[in-house]
Amino acid sequence: MTSDSHALPSNAGDHGHHAHDAAAHGTLSSYLIGFGLSVVLTAVPFWLVMTGAIADKQVTALIVLLLAAVQIVVHMIYFLHMNTRSENGWTMMALIFTVIMVVIALTGSLWVMHHLNTNMMPMHDMSQMP
Amino acid sequence: MTVATVSTQNSEPVFHVIDEHAHPEGASTMLGFWIYLMSDCLIFAILFATFGVLGGNYAAGPAPKDLFDLNLVALNTTMLLLSSITYGFAMLTMEKSKIGATQAWLAITGLFGLAFLGIELTEFAHMIHEGATPQRSAFLSSFFTLVGTHGLHVTFGLVWLTTLMVQVARFGLIEANRRRLMCLSMFWHFLDVVWIGVFTFVYLMGMLR
Repeated sequence: MTSDSHALPSNAGDHGHHAHDAAAHGTLSSYLIGFGLSVVLTAVPFWLVMTGAIADKQVTALIVLLLAAVQIVVHMIYFLHMNTRSENGWTMMALIFTVIMVVIALTGSLWVMHHLNTNMMPMHDMSQMP
Repeated sequence: MTVATVSTQNSEPVFHVIDEHAHPEGASTMLGFWIYLMSDCLIFAILFATFGVLGGNYAAGPAPKDLFDLNLVALNTTMLLLSSITYGFAMLTMEKSKIGATQAWLAITGLFGLAFLGIELTEFAHMIHEGATPQRSAFLSSFFTLVGTHGLHVTFGLVWLTTLMVQVARFGLIEANRRRLMCLSMFWHFLDVVWIGVFTFVYLMGMLR
């Protein structure tokens, strides 16, 4: 890992700045840009669903999901100040690990349970039962 | 001669750990708190997965369309989004060491947080009044668990916010208080990120079902 080999020699000198690195605060403009973006990214999906602007529900759902993913990234960058440099990249490492775990847990659960549902109850739909 | 002995000694394996140098207090707090947030993220991932699996099992009970009022959810989302930006302003004024302004922004953040909780509890009360209790169906059990866990996090965030306002009032913006405020900042923004998932998967996708 390049980050490790780079971190070792400069470790001692880095320490005074550690608290500062993590802080990596935004500026007023970066907060406002993030806020503006998230207002738009929140308003559009609500508008799409509330007015039913797009007749096809599948397309609407796809757009809503996509906008949510973009908004999460916007929040990560502008509000949580994620970058590859803070804490020598360890926050990013922890985030990548977590994202992998989350993707496995979510897609795995939905996939397995969906197949169980379709294979166990071929005759009727549970929601139609009394 | 000595050089030769040192080099022979160095070729031997060394079975001890070199003493770590001193760390300043709080140097690793931010990374540690980030890892806590990631573990919290896993909790929410499991709750989302549970909702994803059970969210369509109404047991002939009420469905999202019968229960959710998107106007209310939009208002709630606005409250949380506004509290996020006001917390950002609190952090900016903290960096300029303005105690009064920091406290004011923190108080405004707290009020938005309270408004969010109030609206959410109103919604819950309304649902329970209509008989849509957590016991009614698997959909409602997973709904109340997921949204309730988020609401509980916001509640504890508000307790933490109040505690820190008292701390800042008593001790000022000392290094320890700045560190605590930065941790709460991450916590608060993280809760907003989770809420994006909630309003998308639970409310908007629920209405599209």
